[in-house]
Amino acid sequence: MNPNEAPRTRIRVGFNKLGPIRFISHRDLARIWERALRRSGLPVAQTEGFSPRAKLHFGLALATGYESDAEYLDVDFSVADMASHSVLDALQGTLPDGIGVIGAVLLDRSSTSLQQAVTCCDWDIELLDVASVDLGKWVEQVRAAATLMVTRERKGQQIISDLAPQVRALEVGEPTSRGVRLLATLGTQPRACRPTELLTAQEPHYRPVLVRRTRQWIEQDGARLEPLEVGAAPALHTGAGVQ
Amino acid sequence: MMSLWPELELVLPEVSKPARYIGGEGGMVRPTHHRSKVAWLLTYPDTYEIGIPNQGLQILYEILNEREDAVAERAYAPWVDMEQQMRSLGLPLFSVDTHMRASDFDVLAFNLSAELVYTNVLNCIDLAGAPVLAAERSSQDLLIGAGGHCTYNPEPLADFVDFFVLGDGEEVVSEINAVIRDWKRAGKRSRHEVLRALATIAGVYVPSLYEVTYEGEALVSVVPKFDDVPAVVEKRTIADLAAWPYPKNQLVPLTEAVHDRLNVEVFRGCTRGCRFCQAGMITRPVRERPVDQVRTMIADGLARTGYDEVALTSLSTADFSGIEEVVSSTINGCGDASASSVVGGNKGAHAQGTNPAPVAVSLPSLRVDAFTVGLAAQIQKARRTGLTFAPEAGSWRMRRVINKLIGEDDLYGAVESAFSQGWRRMKLYFLTGLPTETDEDTLAIGELARNCVELGRKHTQNPSVTVSLGGFVPKPFTPFQWFGQNTVSELQRKVFLLRDSIKRNRGVQMKWHDPKASLAEGIASRGDRRIGRVIYEVWQQGGTFQEWSEHFEYDRWVQAMERHGLSVDWYVYRHRTQDEVLPWDHLSAGLHKDFLWQDWRDALDEVGLEDCRWTPCYDCGACTGYSIEHIVASAVPPAGGSQGTGPPAVTFEPQSAVAVQLAGVGSKAGL
Repeated sequence: MNPNEAPRTRIRVGFNKLGPIRFISHRDLARIWERALRRSGLPVAQTEGFSPRAKLHFGLALATGYESDAEYLDVDFSVADMASHSVLDALQGTLPDGIGVIGAVLLDRSSTSLQQAVTCCDWDIELLDVASVDLGKWVEQVRAAATLMVTRERKGQQIISDLAPQVRALEVGEPTSRGVRLLATLGTQPRACRPTELLTAQEPHYRPVLVRRTRQWIEQDGARLEPLEVGAAPALHTGAGVQ
Repeated sequence: MMSLWPELELVLPEVSKPARYIGGEGGMVRPTHHRSKVAWLLTYPDTYEIGIPNQGLQILYEILNEREDAVAERAYAPWVDMEQQMRSLGLPLFSVDTHMRASDFDVLAFNLSAELVYTNVLNCIDLAGAPVLAAERSSQDLLIGAGGHCTYNPEPLADFVDFFVLGDGEEVVSEINAVIRDWKRAGKRSRHEVLRALATIAGVYVPSLYEVTYEGEALVSVVPKFDDVPAVVEKRTIADLAAWPYPKNQLVPLTEAVHDRLNVEVFRGCTRGCRFCQAGMITRPVRERPVDQVRTMIADGLARTGYDEVALTSLSTADFSGIEEVVSSTINGCGDASASSVVGGNKGAHAQGTNPAPVAVSLPSLRVDAFTVGLAAQIQKARRTGLTFAPEAGSWRMRRVINKLIGEDDLYGAVESAFSQGWRRMKLYFLTGLPTETDEDTLAIGELARNCVELGRKHTQNPSVTVSLGGFVPKPFTPFQWFGQNTVSELQRKVFLLRDSIKRNRGVQMKWHDPKASLAEGIASRGDRRIGRVIYEVWQQGGTFQEWSEHFEYDRWVQAMERHGLSVDWYVYRHRTQDEVLPWDHLSAGLHKDFLWQDWRDALDEVGLEDCRWTPCYDCGACTGYSIEHIVASAVPPAGGSQGTGPPAVTFEPQSAVAVQLAGVGSKAGL
């Protein structure tokens, strides 16, 4: 049998990215996953052509320097039934410090890609030297604003857009040892709104000291699900320890 | 001993490529420091992505961390934006492993693999918080050490470095550690005392313990100031590579780096005898690693790292006795369940009857001959885009002078074979400014490239040959150490001569190394202690990362030479005479000076010299001086044409003995 025609199974893996490793880029992360999956010995499907690569589908890229509790990766496997493989066990010890697997789920063949499916993300944004009271006022202003016009540059062109519809939720969080937290839910369609854009949407402009993505959400038919909740048969095929 | 991480993490969002500074690599050690242990900060004086794959540094990192009385961490030169941040916030050089400040270590040890990093060495010492001048350091300051190929002429750095190590570091590093350990446990009383003790270790050179005498421009002598300091420091050589299967836990960087793959050293040393090549001269004799050990290291390394590529490293990998066996078992191991024990990178995958990811093999530094192309074909079963060869010189006459004895038949045979097997692009490395070089020799490079394109046309529509031209810089302990380097304008003239001659040739492209950078390299390569002032001044003016073309400042070097009354002509362009005292005469790579001189005369007479690993000994000194021998599994030269395999009846038969590189392999390895 030509292995390239092998049946495909797609599994979604959830993981976090915490600590110093937050400074690696999205490309670096892809290489780390390729090596980890090779070490796992799992039957990962390969692309065809001269230079075969593992078939990996990443979700929304996380900016270099950001932490995350909720990153996702869809992996294609070259077998029809993954029942005999424990994905979580196989990945044990293959990932560097700071990247931990939080769960895995078998996907429907018809599942939409992470990029398309995810509609908003929760963010935990730590700001230095900002008083909670001042941040509270800033939050009120943002919430009250009818429009939040921001300008960004793309391919040498100035693009002006309104962030207001993208800001789904916004509140002041707990103070930290160095400052205060801003909690936000920001839309990702048709283009992901970045936390740094939000912080420049209203005077004064803030600069974050640490940004963490805490949740990604898929909204469908009025329900809000996390990416590991949309699987066809959660946990069943992915070994012990999956919720 | 506090981690600087809380401060660093506030800075990293402001700098380019912040992952350079986070550590966390696979194989990384977080050692436990203790006052009874010597703490080493092994430092590569270039960026993280260039320094991380350095095998020498990784080997010492493991050996030291295996010891009970040592800990080792790593540092790399911070890029200019990071340095700016560090200096403005008062942050010192730090280790990437636990982010400790450099001053919390006992030793700052550099790997010196190129002269143009010397200003970075000074910058790192300064960032570490130690006085840059060795004479100004107190007993509580860091000890500054250095190893690597450039230490065969350490004089330009003699004022800044406390001790240099010549040769293989595997054994001597523990001897050095013992001396520093005893000194540390006794309270680090006198710096002079520890330096005196270090100087008694074979292979260790402590420049401050030598008196240098000049007569006008000329160097008269470098002699020890004390009786127990050796008059000549001999290099260290490990007799058997099999006893040192390092690195056992190669570091796997989290971010992009050069040579980002498993590297397994298949042999050390080279006796091809290319006269321009310092590495080949100073690392003799040839010591092969047993094939079984190579296979084990590949299997374990792939399984541990998850890499899908392994490079078999050496100075001429096609000469490895077990090359075919290792290549085929590595490649076939992936697709063949019966051989899955060979390649552990896909553990479990075979048993499941699935489609494992293939393992690629890369062979830096090969010869140019049909055998080599055959090997390359075996490796690059698909995607035959580019091959890299290093004939080094365009004419047969010139190749005889440099003893890179590749015959036209072998060369064109290899090229034809490559094109016929599906390659479309070829990169050819050449040197210009070689001894006795005429314009005819320079233009022969273009002729050779044109011929290669013609051969390619028979097999492919748009064959492409790229000529990569470097200016030759004579190096210590080579037969060319007496040769006066070509001037910048002469090198430039030759570069343009060649460029103009191939301008209209479709399919031939040309790239060249900046002749001005070759001059700066030349100043440091054969300079004496007085050159230290120049390096100091270039550094003080902000001249770091001089090996990066966007940061290289030619005028700074030339002006610093002038300001200190040092003549470029005398240091770089002048031919040396046989009786001249060379700045490295008080050091030894085992090679007899009269052997090198004879080889220099042979070069001028266009006489080639065969490879001694398969032919009788010339007594160059590298084996006899240290009572060691070549360790080569095969008693006969490899098949497929190579130096030393010509018919014995002829005095000299041109055969091929040229480095080849596969595409994608670093450009420096073949030069």
